[in-house]
Amino acid sequence: MGKFSFDNINGMYFDILKEIGNIGAGNATTAVATMLNLTLEMKVPKVELIAVEDLGSAIGPEEQTIVGIFLEVKQDISGSIMFLMELEPAHYLVDRLMGVMGGVGGSKGADFSDMELSALKEIGNIIAGAYLSALSSMTNLVILPSIPYISVDMAAAILSVPAIQFGQYGDNALMIQTKFGADRMIDGYFILLPDEDSYDKILGSLGITL
Amino acid sequence: MGAVIKVGMADLKTGKAPDILTTLGLGSCIGIALWDSQTKIGGLVHIMLPDSSKIRNNSNIAKFADTGIAELVHQMEKLGVPRRRMVAKIAGGARMFEVSGKTSVGNIGQNNAIASKAKLKELGIRLAAEDTGLNYGRTVELDCNNGDYIIKAVGKPIKKI
Repeated sequence: MGKFSFDNINGMYFDILKEIGNIGAGNATTAVATMLNLTLEMKVPKVELIAVEDLGSAIGPEEQTIVGIFLEVKQDISGSIMFLMELEPAHYLVDRLMGVMGGVGGSKGADFSDMELSALKEIGNIIAGAYLSALSSMTNLVILPSIPYISVDMAAAILSVPAIQFGQYGDNALMIQTKFGADRMIDGYFILLPDEDSYDKILGSLGITL
Repeated sequence: MGAVIKVGMADLKTGKAPDILTTLGLGSCIGIALWDSQTKIGGLVHIMLPDSSKIRNNSNIAKFADTGIAELVHQMEKLGVPRRRMVAKIAGGARMFEVSGKTSVGNIGQNNAIASKAKLKELGIRLAAEDTGLNYGRTVELDCNNGDYIIKAVGKPIKKI
């Protein structure tokens, strides 16, 4: 069993995780900018430790419909990563991407056409993939993501997935909030969910021993 | 008008008619409602994981099906409801992402449902109805007036079990 727990996290580990978040989110922003042919800026992400019980309302009200994109990761580390955003920026990104690809977007609210859902999955895939590749190059660990899975549902229901994963190891979850945009800012949230032993591996490969 | 009592994640509460007990946005978690038709006392626990004995950090008993249900039963008994009169309804346990059922993320909802039912059976409490599994989130409300368990989901009609 790993030694890492968010319940005894100290300042240095937190800084390292924040830095991984920073670089990962930066990479993700660049990837989105390239894909959508936009100039995007990124604000320094906010990294927060949140009590597992409060994760369901960490982004907004529990019943607010949001978009969650989920990828499993394996190879040197195992676990999963989630990227979350609200409906409105999700529609904005999809419409931009569909526009670039010559398609038609334009759905509203919690409705996404199959085509839009698959575009959204791809956006999540690229964002999460860019984040993981930052993590991979910082740590020299091979990290292979699965295909992306998507859910458009109540925030608390989507966030129950990471809450349960974190809840197996302790009482806190780590969430990275990032803002990126040009003419408008988009809020996105990353939740990295390495299995317990994988946190030790990530920190160990950065020369940190617990 | 009774109070609307909110039960958080890994939390449990009891209430009495005309109260309504609610928990918002159950995903892979399970909301287990207990109710007694005579006293109209109800209880709701929102569990996240099936088994406290498999987890190192298990201080919050409401987080687990085994300890959470046992504690809710205990609290209802303290309020004067004999166990044999308690009737259970459960909801939640969804697979929020269509990942393989072999992974821990893929089967946690199902495992939570199985563990909840096993614990109810062990304690001799009748399961009257359930709405578990599938792939969507649920908000639940236990109406202590009549024991109705109301289930709301995005883009779906309201269901009563």
